[in-house]
Amino acid sequence: MQVTVSINDQEYTRDVEPRMLLVHFLRDELGLTGTHWGCDTSNCGTCVVLMDGEPVKSCTLLAATAAGHEIKTVEGLEVDGVLDPVQQGFTEMHGLQCGFCTPGMMLTARALLDRNPNPTEEEIREAISGQICRCTGYATIVRSVRWAAEHPAAPAPSSEEVTA
Amino acid sequence: MSARARALTLGFERKDPVQVPAPFEYARATSVDNALELLQQLGPEARLLAGGYSLLPMMKLRLAAPEYLIDIDGLASELGYIRESDGEVRIGAMTRHRELLESELLATRLPIFTDAERVIADPVVRNRGTIGGALCQADPAEDLSAVCAAVGAQMVIRGRNVERTVGMREFQRGPYETAVGEAEMLVEIRVALDPNLGSAYEKVERRVGDWAVTAAGAAVTLSGGIVTRAGIALAAVGAEVTSVEAENALVGKAPTDELLAEAARFAAAACSPASDQRGSAEYKRHVAGVLTHRALRRAVARALGREA
Repeated sequence: MQVTVSINDQEYTRDVEPRMLLVHFLRDELGLTGTHWGCDTSNCGTCVVLMDGEPVKSCTLLAATAAGHEIKTVEGLEVDGVLDPVQQGFTEMHGLQCGFCTPGMMLTARALLDRNPNPTEEEIREAISGQICRCTGYATIVRSVRWAAEHPAAPAPSSEEVTA
Repeated sequence: MSARARALTLGFERKDPVQVPAPFEYARATSVDNALELLQQLGPEARLLAGGYSLLPMMKLRLAAPEYLIDIDGLASELGYIRESDGEVRIGAMTRHRELLESELLATRLPIFTDAERVIADPVVRNRGTIGGALCQADPAEDLSAVCAAVGAQMVIRGRNVERTVGMREFQRGPYETAVGEAEMLVEIRVALDPNLGSAYEKVERRVGDWAVTAAGAAVTLSGGIVTRAGIALAAVGAEVTSVEAENALVGKAPTDELLAEAARFAAAACSPASDQRGSAEYKRHVAGVLTHRALRRAVARALGREA
């Protein structure tokens, strides 16, 4: 069947089987491999994308269902070379080790900050509680999201970059 | 044996879980009437797809293999609501877990829903999963089934040109079986409001997002310090979710802590948990008693206006 999905403000049409899951549509049909494919059982959350601004697990969503919704993937976070504050926060506060959970974590963080610009540590932990960091780097992930909350505007380049 | 039960039996015998659903034909419903029309046209091998967080995992594991999927994602606006009407709370079947969790009306009048929603799946899954999908999945470990059984909810089932209402206890036919017939769908859940009703839900889970080890819901109506109605329902402890003996032990009496403990003992004795990776049957039975006691205490406190 023909499926048209709006991803990062661009429409993509592909002829796929109805059983194709959104995560495979993104990765295999469109080459948007920033969305990771993990446990495949809606437990780990590395496949999280935003659908109409809210995080969903793309391993448990048909591409056909996503048609008619606005999808945002990690590739859509950076705009015109400027990182989203969440991305900058993960850089500043060492929010990733192996990086496998990072795309999903950042998108959930973006959705949280859109609803609640100044979340407490507990609220951040609650928001990411459906996602697993197998490096167990939760403390730095929480700090990264807090950093983003404290730097909501387009972040200025860090001092090293300015002097470099 | 129903097609669904047969698919389950076949699935459990499979040793090689496949993480992609078996092929199916896909249709998108545009309205409730359209969904019912499609159900009638496509016959018993068609299934409705709501949020998908129960059905799609089962399809990936080939525990379910419907020939047709009717996607009712587009019905979220028609069937997504929580409102007060005629002394009842009415919840549309496509209302998402997150909306239930964030509902002021439920938090104030039926906090058993809020208690349960805090611990159902995880925040991301709650963005998609629906109350109707959860109830129709009828997993014995599913929380909202116990919630609805405890508060004596009425299920509104619509077929083409006909609508009927059944009580939650009649709705649940057994594991993965409900009273929803062919070419019918659950459209609304109704719960009668009573200012003297208190309700609560208690659950023990191993980690966020996991199914309950055991959970208990309680709804108690008081009049002049006497229990006039009691609803007790458990999750993850066997097919029978309610404990009529425990409920009857409360009615007509003052809700002293000794009485609540006695009812909890009845509920624990009546349930039939199975040993699995979440704990032994003996442990789960113990937890069932403790959680029933706690849920009853909070329900009574709330009925007396002593706890929000």
